[in-house]
Amino acid sequence: MTAIPARDVREGHSADAVPDRRGRFGRFGGRFVPETLIPALDELTIEYERARHDPEFQHELDAHLRDFVGRPTPLYFAARLSEHYGARIYIKREDLCHTGAHKINNTMGQILLARRMKKPRIIAETGAGQHGVATATVCARFGLECEVYMGAEDVQRQALNVARMRLLGARVTPVTSGTATLKDATNEAMRDWVTNVRTTHYIIGSVVGPHPYPMLVRDFQSVIGRETREQILQREGRLPDIVLACVGGGSNAMGMFYPFLQDTSTRLIGVEAAGEGLHTGRHCAPLTAGTVGVFQGSQSYLIQDADGQVAPSHSISAGLDYPGVGPEHAYLKDTGRATYVSITDAEALAALQQLAHLEGIITALETAHAYAYLEYLRPHLTPDTLVVINNSGRGDKDMNTVINALGL
Amino acid sequence: MTRLDERFRALRASNEKALICFVTAGDPSPKATVEIIATLAKAGVDAVEIGIPFSDPLADGPSIQASSQRALQAGMTVSRALETIAQARRSVPPHFPIVVMTYYNPILRYGLERYAADAKAVGVDGHIVTDLTPEEADEWKRLSEANGLDTIFLLAPTSTPQRIEIVTRLSTGFVYCVSRTGVTGARNEVPAELTEVVTRIKSCTDLPVCVGFGVSAPEHVRQIAAFADGVVVGSRLVDLIHKHRDEPHLCAVVHDFTSKLKAATRG
Repeated sequence: MTAIPARDVREGHSADAVPDRRGRFGRFGGRFVPETLIPALDELTIEYERARHDPEFQHELDAHLRDFVGRPTPLYFAARLSEHYGARIYIKREDLCHTGAHKINNTMGQILLARRMKKPRIIAETGAGQHGVATATVCARFGLECEVYMGAEDVQRQALNVARMRLLGARVTPVTSGTATLKDATNEAMRDWVTNVRTTHYIIGSVVGPHPYPMLVRDFQSVIGRETREQILQREGRLPDIVLACVGGGSNAMGMFYPFLQDTSTRLIGVEAAGEGLHTGRHCAPLTAGTVGVFQGSQSYLIQDADGQVAPSHSISAGLDYPGVGPEHAYLKDTGRATYVSITDAEALAALQQLAHLEGIITALETAHAYAYLEYLRPHLTPDTLVVINNSGRGDKDMNTVINALGL
Repeated sequence: MTRLDERFRALRASNEKALICFVTAGDPSPKATVEIIATLAKAGVDAVEIGIPFSDPLADGPSIQASSQRALQAGMTVSRALETIAQARRSVPPHFPIVVMTYYNPILRYGLERYAADAKAVGVDGHIVTDLTPEEADEWKRLSEANGLDTIFLLAPTSTPQRIEIVTRLSTGFVYCVSRTGVTGARNEVPAELTEVVTRIKSCTDLPVCVGFGVSAPEHVRQIAAFADGVVVGSRLVDLIHKHRDEPHLCAVVHDFTSKLKAATRG
């Protein structure tokens, strides 16, 4: 081998870094899928390893992230929010990425992999529609056929994103089975993939699913944390004390956390959706209130009943409305490297309003969960406490929900 | 020698192929499931696959998805499925093989060790766990062996020679060959590449190779029986049961449908 990695995201990490060769993060992760998909997962693993060590691939990805996605995104000092909470709060502006959320960091990486594997057709699942839009966008950019599976309930509550996907040339297929939300859209995408695996690449939108997806989505999203780390060092000359991100499947949080894992002075806090409250059972907080299970390809925490049936989840934000979570988050929870908390629908809505008033930023309902946790942190904050929040997406897509909830 | 081994040995001796039928436990009711299984045995079906339903059956098409959901809504659980199997075991001839088909999470949640012991106790002969490939099955394989339960793993048209080697080495009872890339569900024809796929698998193992997914009519059974050791029919039977669920002649309909399929397995 003569190729030298241009920029290995895992450079400097120890040999016992996760996942292992079988895709295990401790007891989490793995590959629990029908046999038909195993060869495709093997092919993807091999191709990704090649690409990761191919300077040309990295160069191409960097160029697209710069010129098409608009990276690096700013790290913005939120002066009025800082004053309000009595801390130094920075916001990583992933909402300024092309298409309005962090999702495109991953879809851009994966579409380049699909091109290397010569797969002419792309499928994806989507909840809030942000991943669907990001997938439809890169498919249009590279001229690949695109089909997006979306729960029928989400098609209703995210009509704007459905229109965007269709305008971009994607086929949006509503899924009515099960609870007609993100988990069922994912099942349907898996069924499509099992059927069309020879011609189709499945762009999973989060750090979930069978190996190698949790690893490769993390790696593509970790551009968020790498930039943030550099930017905060430049601005403040030191690392943050606290990093906050919302967690559904967990891709924006994983991308933000990963480059900080070795910086043990930085507290990593993931914020899940408590929906109507953990005690009501209507939530999507597997890390704070779930149990270990195997779901959609990997072992992780899961919202399930005593019989191993996956329980219906609820959140006001479609993007967090998912009963599972990425296996690496489960691992970070068990090792104690990250802490996971939860925020209700009402708290998230209040945080969304407050941020709009204080900073002139209308954030996504998903992201609002991360801001809402500042209320709980407030007693522990001092004027020197350095906080970074990953502003994973913008709120335009949520206007209908917000109008209904707040009577605007 | 398990019930599956005995059955396949007897079939070989009489130059017949196996007909295996799938039904979902508890659809339309546990009582009906027991009666239907007794009917299958009487109709000459060689083994039954009882589906323990899962909320997220990602390898199944619309028929079995809907059937699973109906069973869950009617209150089916892993424990109740095992009770249903215990009753079914008492209503079929002693040598009739009963295989469970399910997904990993329900049995993981029940507790693998407790589940394997309980399954053996009610008379289960083996398992097909759709989303459990050999790489993730160390513990399950060990517990199945300890309890004398067969582990039937799946192969697909996409399986490489290395996969075929691993799966045939770890399977017991038979090897389940998925007829096409895709999910379960009745189809109109047998894929052209299937003969070659089955032949490839058979060159690696002496285990019987049975073909499922998309097999729904006697002519499919006849075609596949020419090169495989057995066929599995699921979705079409599940649909038929659903259609006639409230009718007094439900078992007669099942008997008629499956005995015609069985006739097609006899050279």
